[in-house]
Order: sequence, then structure tokens, then C-alpha cells
Amino acid sequence: MADNYDDDISLTDYTLGQDQLEKIENILTKDLVDSGVHSVLLIDMAGNIIAKGDSGRYEHDLYSLAALASANFAAVDTMAKIVGEDEFSLLFHKGENESIHFSKVHSEFLLITIFGKEISLGLLRLKVAEAIEKIKSVWSL
Amino acid sequence: MAFVNLKNKEVQAKVVFYGPGRGGKTTNLEYIYNKFRDRIKSDMVSIKTHGDRTLFFDFLPFDIGKIMGYDVKIQLYTVPGQVKYNATRRLVLKGVDGMVFVADSMVEQREKNLLSLKNLQENLTIYKKSIFKIPLVLQYNKRDLEKQGIPVMPLDMMEKDLNSQLKVPYFEASALAGDNVINTLKKIISLTMASLQNVLK
Amino acid sequence: MASDDDRSVTDYTLNQVQLERIEKILDSDLVRSGINSVLMIDMAGNIIAKGDNGKCNHDVYALAALASANFAAVDTMANIVGEDFSLLFHKGEHESIHFSKIFNEFLLISLFGKEGSLGLLRLKIAEAVEKIKSVWH
Repeated sequence: MADNYDDDISLTDYTLGQDQLEKIENILTKDLVDSGVHSVLLIDMAGNIIAKGDSGRYEHDLYSLAALASANFAAVDTMAKIVGEDEFSLLFHKGENESIHFSKVHSEFLLITIFGKEISLGLLRLKVAEAIEKIKSVWSL
Repeated sequence: MAFVNLKNKEVQAKVVFYGPGRGGKTTNLEYIYNKFRDRIKSDMVSIKTHGDRTLFFDFLPFDIGKIMGYDVKIQLYTVPGQVKYNATRRLVLKGVDGMVFVADSMVEQREKNLLSLKNLQENLTIYKKSIFKIPLVLQYNKRDLEKQGIPVMPLDMMEKDLNSQLKVPYFEASALAGDNVINTLKKIISLTMASLQNVLK
Repeated sequence: MASDDDRSVTDYTLNQVQLERIEKILDSDLVRSGINSVLMIDMAGNIIAKGDNGKCNHDVYALAALASANFAAVDTMANIVGEDFSLLFHKGEHESIHFSKIFNEFLLISLFGKEGSLGLLRLKIAEAVEKIKSVWH
């Protein structure tokens, strides 16, 4: 009989303190939304939204997006393992007016940014990388 | 894997509807969505095939109000039931906090129910979860077929097949007609929350 | 009750001759050009045709199911954002996966390694897609 079960409903190991959450939301707002990103979500692999930032101008169903993105990410990750890769560098999907960029934050979280033409992909990737470093240090990941 | 947001005083928990193909998982969610249309702000997300079978999952976020001072949001998911979708089914189970097993009462689905339950047990094990410990409710769906002259398995047969070891709450239901759909939902939410409260204290 | 997904319930049903023609295209146009493994699937994740270089032993059935789910999820995300995304490919260190739509009914999934230029492979894939489309005329 297996002895290694997480039997009780488990809370995420990373329940955030109010302070940390505010710091992260600040990073999302100052570093990303203020640079022209329309919406940004920090989610975990169960599809929970941990933090978000929004320019307020775009009405998107963020909860559905979070569910889709986490499940989709898991699908892509599994495909990678099937073909013998550790992971794919899943970058982004380009749309006409808005595009979505995905970046892993440590192994269990995903940063999803929705942006338009006001910010170039190159600049966005830079900003995202910087924001992720800051988030990691707030979280001591 | 419930997530607690201490700042917004919000809890998010994930409930997955599992079971054999065409058993009524999606129908459960559709019924819930229609019944609570005014309370559910977003649309139900369904990723399905041209033939209307669930391909990846259905998703419905549901605000159930305040518990212990926290706003509780339940995320309802269904999995694709067909055997060939096991790889994707497994993904949707990630981080699950509570389960509803929707069993098909039609006589010819007896074997499929058993296989699906076993499959659930195996997939949960991958995430180090035990089917004997996770909040779980059984729903014996399609009971209404009997009235239409289609043979359904007697309750005690289904109980023996599926619940003799689990001993979890069960409901006889008709997802299409809505019989006991909401009761099933209420039960799993209360089991999941009870589990959560133990940890939140 | 027969499942609608277990056969192509569309104008795009294939007979044995057509299937063989497609497998030939996959083999001569793609596998011989350096594509390690290629799957033609329908949107429900069923494998219609395949080809490989003989060195692949990965689970193509799981891959097919996941790829169709992936494709559909991206499509749904696109709808939420009000856009039309084209899922191109996933880049790995040794193996990458490329997706191409064939009509609205099928996906061509090509796995390839680092040998050969991406540009050339994409060209070959596009040509193969056109040839496959003509199988229905």
C-alpha cells in the first residue's frame, strides 16, 4: 500500500502573504501594464489565478483564459516529454491586434501577458524577463 | 490544490467531473450553467469535437459565496470520457480538490463504469492522491431512461460495483432533466470545503 | 450509438486509394527530406495517416490526442481574445514540432531535429499540404 499520499485537500505550498501579493501585483502593474501590456496573469498549474494586472481597457474572460492556458501548457509539456524533450520554449501566439505571450516562472507557474501593437515583442520579452526575476525574489523561489 | 489569496480573502478550489464517455459529465455542467446563469459571470468554456464529444475539458467557474470570511470560487471541470483521451484526461486532473464520478446507469455501460473508475484511481495516484481520501461523490446518471423503457442497472448493483469500498455519498440523477444535479454539486462543494476548512484553521 | 468522431463525418472522407496516396506523400516528401516523424490527424485526435524514419518509438496515439487538444485550446484562447492565432510550432533543443492545418478538418504534425533549415522544412511541409489537398479532387 503506498505510503506517499497527500491525502487531505492540499493547499498550495505557496500561500502568499498579503505583503508578498501586493508586491507582486505592483510588479505586474508597474513593469508590465504601465509599459503597455493590456492584461497580465500569474497562474499556477491548476489554473488558479494568483495575481493579475489590467489596463482596464480590455474586457477578457481572464478566468477562462487561466484555465485554458494552464491545461494547454500541461498538454504542450507532455508532448515535449513524449518526443524526448524536457520542455519546449513556448513563446507566443501572434494576433492581428492582440498577441499572447507565455513565460514560465519557476516550474509551477505561468506568466501570461496580453499585449497589442503599443509594445514590441522584443521589449515585451525583456520586460517579462525582468518582471519574472523580481517576482522570484519577492517569493524567494 | 486549493489556492488561498489572503489579500483578497479568496479561495479557489477545483472540482472535476469524471466518468465514462457519454455518461453525462458535460450535461451536468450545462445544467448548472443554465440554472445559475444570473450568478455566473463568465461563459462556460467547452473544448469539444465536431461530434460534440468533450475533447479537452469543459470549464465553469462558480462563485459560491462566503465561507469563514473567504470568497470561495469553485472551478468546475469535466474530462473527456473516451478511453483514447487518457493523456489529456490526466492533465485536467492536475491540482484537483474534489471529484464527482458520473456513472452511466445503462446496462451496457457497466463495464465502462468500472474501467473508468479504475482509470480515475490510477490517474489520481500519479498525483499522489488516493481515491479513498479525496472528496468524492458518486452520481448514478440517466435514471430517467427507465421510464422510457430502456433498461438501467438496479441501484444496489451499481452501489456494489462502484461504492462497496469507497462508501461515499451517492445520488440517483438525470442530468438532462436536472434531477439531483444541484444536490450532487452541493454535496461535493460541502465535502471539498469541509476538507479545506480543516486546513484553513 | 456510433461515435461521430471515429470516422471523418465531413466531405473529406477518404478511401483506401486516397489514404495510400497520402501516406506516399508523407513518406517521399517529408520523411525523405529530414522530417523524423509525421502524423496526419483529425481534429478529434484520430490518426489518419503517418510516416516516420524508422527510428521513432514515441507514443503517437497520446501525441495525437494531446496535439488536437493543444490546437483546440489555442483556438479557444484566440476566441476569448478576439483574435485568430495560427499555432506554428514548438521549438525544443533536439526535437521540434510543427503544426499545419489541412482545410479545417485535419492537422499535419511534423517532428524534426536540428538537421536541415527550418525555412526549407516549412516549405516542404507547405508543398506536402497542397499535394494532400489535391488528393480530394
